[in-house]
Amino acid sequence: MNLYLRRRMVNWVGLTLSILATLFGLFWLFWLLWTLFGNGLRWIGPRLFLESTPPPGANGGLANTIVGSVILTIAGVGMGAPAGILAGTYLAEFGRTSRLGAVVRFVNDILLSAPSIIIGVFIYGLIVLRTGHFSGWAGAVALALIVLPVVVRTTENMMRLVPDGLREAAAALGAPSWKVTIVIVYRSALPGIMTGVLLGMARVSGETAPLLFTALNNQFWSTDMSRPFPNLPAVIFQFAMSPYEDWQHLAWAGALLITITILVINIAARMLLKRTRS
Amino acid sequence: MQSSSSSSTSNQAPTPASSGVSLHPAVSIPAKKAAPVVTPKVQIRNLCFFYGKYQALYDVDMDIHDRQITAFIGPSGCGKSTLLRTLNRIYELYPGQRATGKIMIGGRNLLQRADDVNLLRAKVGMVFQKATPFPMSVQDNISFGVQLYERLSHSDMEARVQWALEKAALWDEVKDKLRQDGTALSGGQQQRLCIARAVAVKPDVLLLDEPASALDPISTQKIEQLITELKKDYTIVIVTHNMQQAARVSDYTAFMYLGRLVEFGDTNKLFTKPDQQQTEEYITGRFG
Amino acid sequence: MSLRQHTSQEFEMELESVRQRILDMGRHVDQVLESSGKALLEHDSELGNRIIVGDQETDSMELEIDHLCLQILARRQPVAGDLRLLTSALKLVVDLERIGDLGVSIAGRVVELGSEPPLTPYEDLMRMLTTAREMLTEALGALQSQDVAAANRVIDKDEVVDAYYTQIFNDVLGRMRESPENIFRATRVQAISKYIERIGDHVTNVAERVIFILTGDDIRHATRMRRSDFS
Repeated sequence: MNLYLRRRMVNWVGLTLSILATLFGLFWLFWLLWTLFGNGLRWIGPRLFLESTPPPGANGGLANTIVGSVILTIAGVGMGAPAGILAGTYLAEFGRTSRLGAVVRFVNDILLSAPSIIIGVFIYGLIVLRTGHFSGWAGAVALALIVLPVVVRTTENMMRLVPDGLREAAAALGAPSWKVTIVIVYRSALPGIMTGVLLGMARVSGETAPLLFTALNNQFWSTDMSRPFPNLPAVIFQFAMSPYEDWQHLAWAGALLITITILVINIAARMLLKRTRS
Repeated sequence: MQSSSSSSTSNQAPTPASSGVSLHPAVSIPAKKAAPVVTPKVQIRNLCFFYGKYQALYDVDMDIHDRQITAFIGPSGCGKSTLLRTLNRIYELYPGQRATGKIMIGGRNLLQRADDVNLLRAKVGMVFQKATPFPMSVQDNISFGVQLYERLSHSDMEARVQWALEKAALWDEVKDKLRQDGTALSGGQQQRLCIARAVAVKPDVLLLDEPASALDPISTQKIEQLITELKKDYTIVIVTHNMQQAARVSDYTAFMYLGRLVEFGDTNKLFTKPDQQQTEEYITGRFG
Repeated sequence: MSLRQHTSQEFEMELESVRQRILDMGRHVDQVLESSGKALLEHDSELGNRIIVGDQETDSMELEIDHLCLQILARRQPVAGDLRLLTSALKLVVDLERIGDLGVSIAGRVVELGSEPPLTPYEDLMRMLTTAREMLTEALGALQSQDVAAANRVIDKDEVVDAYYTQIFNDVLGRMRESPENIFRATRVQAISKYIERIGDHVTNVAERVIFILTGDDIRHATRMRRSDFS
């Protein structure tokens, strides 16, 4: 077979395999979504958002856990993102070649891939045992530790994308380095940094294991962060494994809610990033 | 202020024909206009530059004259950009790069560590090859530099912005678009914006690193015209790989090769009768 | 300065073409002078007539060189030595063309002298012409071999031509005083010697331009000033 035909055949084989692999992945994704929507959609109604979790056999909703998860996420991102941005700034602007920079990057990568349950256990030992009880704050701190490495990574990458020419131009006017960083680099990289924060938020929206060890859960409406705190993933965990049907229904609804939330956040992040690129 | 004096690395006695002296009473040749006094604005002495262990400049001695345009020319890698970047210590942004020797401006050696480098950079401005408008409005682009060291009222700042844009021959094109993002301008306009930005802080010296090499010929012409106008108020140093541009625009030209200054002199002289054979070979295209 | 080859071979060839054409034109003009000298020596009016008629070549050579220089200047933006070569070439060919014209004028006088016996043997005239022709050959040779000293010697040699002129002038004056019959031939001879003296001046110009091409020193009017100083 001549070279040209061989090339075309190799091309066709590669293309076919890639498409099959894609379809394979998509297949499972769509089955998952289909199952979730199929089982959860009918249980979504106004009651879901207005009533707190009920005892088995009674009617109720997921209001307390939804609000609880939102509070925990905001608290976690509120603690983790600023620290992450500052660390990412250091790595991008001042620690490009330094020893400390290399070490920080390395440790960050480890933290990024650490199993979230480890983080949960760590905070359990650090805060829960010391204070003697589970609390919303412990949960928020655990989430912050998960958000942190994500934000560090994306912040550093986004800031590195800002061309050095821009920094030089600002420096050439006599701007001190901090001004260069804040006024010039942040301005250019802001959409990208925000994307990173959103991605971190999406990541922790569904984290269950760390919350089990730190915030535990709360059946009732509560906004007291110093006590066990209601949250959606833990409730799903509990209700799904229970033998009560109405609890199982609520679990499906909750799972669907989380999935939709993460989907929306990711799309928002993507759109934001598109605006950066243009 | 045109200067007709020339200095070159090999000191030559002037030939009889060029001294304008009348030898015969009946034959009088009008004497050349008396050369105006040209003062050096920047004096470079024994300048050496290192990228880590690698030496890029070897003992450069040069005077940059006040309110004149000096061009650095030479083949790639000859050190002309390196030399330019020592004049505002912009190389200090990168670790491992250092300079030794003296660069005197106003009697002070600017390579001395004690001096505030940011203040220096406000006095020695730089425009780069690639136009880098800040991600803000045209107005903010210009006022950014001014705000660093001057406290101006709102109306004063507006006046300064207009003044700078007029100096850069950009005012007419952007006067209705001051709030527009700087990155929305065309390539040539962006570069003129960068020049306006540099001029707005009223530096003593203006360094231009291949300012027109990324532009089309017409934009290039506009920039060259602009540079010639700016000469009235600023001392200008321009690095260019385009010899014809150096010939068109500059009053003095420095030819560099492999990190050394080969010849420095009046542009008219260097392009009609250079002293060094290397210079002649380079400018006539016989290099390599 | 003998330089390396131009990076653009075409450009190098174009410059070389200019040099060659100048040399060719010089040789051609020298031939005109040689023919005129021969016509004078041999009282050959027919040769004289042929010379007068056949002078288009010099003019067309001048035009060609002008045209070529203009093209190179427009397209190559030459500087330094190359620029000096081209701008000097434009002026040089004018001098060469004048020399050619003067040679033709000499032939014109030869035709007028016809077959009449010479007033005096034309030895001095011939030596004067030979000197002028030597100067031309040496000047162009200096361009070819890039020899500044040779060009300078040519300029000095013009004094010899001028000396001949003065001598011939006095001689002719004497002949005219001797007898009115001599006036016709005497004036023609004097005219010829004047032409040759002008040829010498033009060759001096050529030599000065060669020096400018080679060194960049413009010594044109200085030479004249120096000479007027001494005379």
